[in-house]
Amino acid sequence: MAERLSNREGIKGMANPTRYGIERFAYWVQRLTGLGLLAYLIGHIYETSTIVNGKIAWNQMLELTQTPQGHILLTLVIGMCVFHTANGIRVMLGHGGIGVGKPGQPEYPYKAASLNYKQRLCIWVSIALAALAMMYGASVLFGD
Amino acid sequence: MAVVAAKPSEEPKSNTKITGQTNTITLRISRSNPSEGQESTFAEFQVPVQKWTTVLEAILYVKQNFDHSVAVRYSCRQASCGSCGMKINGRPALACYTKVSELNSNVVTVEPMNNFPIIRDLAVDFKQLISNHKKMKPFIIREDSEVTPESKEFIQTPQDLEKFLQFSYCIKCGLCNSACPTMATDESFIGPQGLAQAYRYVADNRDKGKDERLKVIDDSHGIWRCHFAGSCSHVCPKGVDPAMAIQLLRGYMLGFRK
Repeated sequence: MAERLSNREGIKGMANPTRYGIERFAYWVQRLTGLGLLAYLIGHIYETSTIVNGKIAWNQMLELTQTPQGHILLTLVIGMCVFHTANGIRVMLGHGGIGVGKPGQPEYPYKAASLNYKQRLCIWVSIALAALAMMYGASVLFGD
Repeated sequence: MAVVAAKPSEEPKSNTKITGQTNTITLRISRSNPSEGQESTFAEFQVPVQKWTTVLEAILYVKQNFDHSVAVRYSCRQASCGSCGMKINGRPALACYTKVSELNSNVVTVEPMNNFPIIRDLAVDFKQLISNHKKMKPFIIREDSEVTPESKEFIQTPQDLEKFLQFSYCIKCGLCNSACPTMATDESFIGPQGLAQAYRYVADNRDKGKDERLKVIDDSHGIWRCHFAGSCSHVCPKGVDPAMAIQLLRGYMLGFRK
């Protein structure tokens, strides 16, 4: 009710990556990969904690993860990890005011200096690095 | 005229090339009155447009010819007053500054800006934006004044001026706050408009009130909540670039910038 009255977009609007260029897309993927990595971390702690139940329990858990589905999941984790790191470095530098351009007299059509080609290039490089890492990871995981 | 209930996202798409001759478009206007408990519906109107017709002119045509009760706020009609911000085909923009022809569609949907309470139809409440703007103390703070008879004006080089000039072009239209993903979920967030104005005065070498402003924005709902999605700068109609101002301000607070 309150949200309707305040006309806030809510999580649906926050998570919509389609309207404001690649920077908003990168923001959305950064959040998504952050949540994905958090879920992986929790799962990973659960997985490795089975070792305290002895060698048999540990081997059973390993069998569960050494499946095509497990390999796909790990390939995704590799991609998430690489994108989150590379794009995170871009965002952290931006947060320090580095690479966001210099203030000046705005001129029509008012292209924002902070959304410059360096920022966009870094986002594309992050995507490319994630794709390459996923391909390499998949070749190792599925190669045997 | 036809009034139909529809979800805002349901937007018929049709491309058209508007030439110098008169063309007819369908203008879908969101009608709502939350204080009366009236849910949002869309009213559709056929409006004649030419190459130079703005969305605001199309809305005013509806008011003059079909339904004068459509609520819309406007004033200068030249992107100076910041009154006519609204969502046009899903993106926040100034209605007076958006030509129908540049939308490349013969169906134009106008809705009230998100993240602002709706007063009625396309008019939204700016109370929070103005209140956050005031919190930033948008004036020069210093003990001496340049208006005493003995003193001269404060000297500022063109380089000093350039450090804040673009941020002083803000017309408080609220488009940046409407596009911001943090504003979408955090109702206490100061917003890109307020934060950019804080930097406008922090970067002004005549100002001595940095500490007062930084105290306000150094908060979990302040500057640290911005995640540099850049949507505010995407929609700013005056080239203010709030995303840059916020990152420069954060750089200053973190000690990376002077």
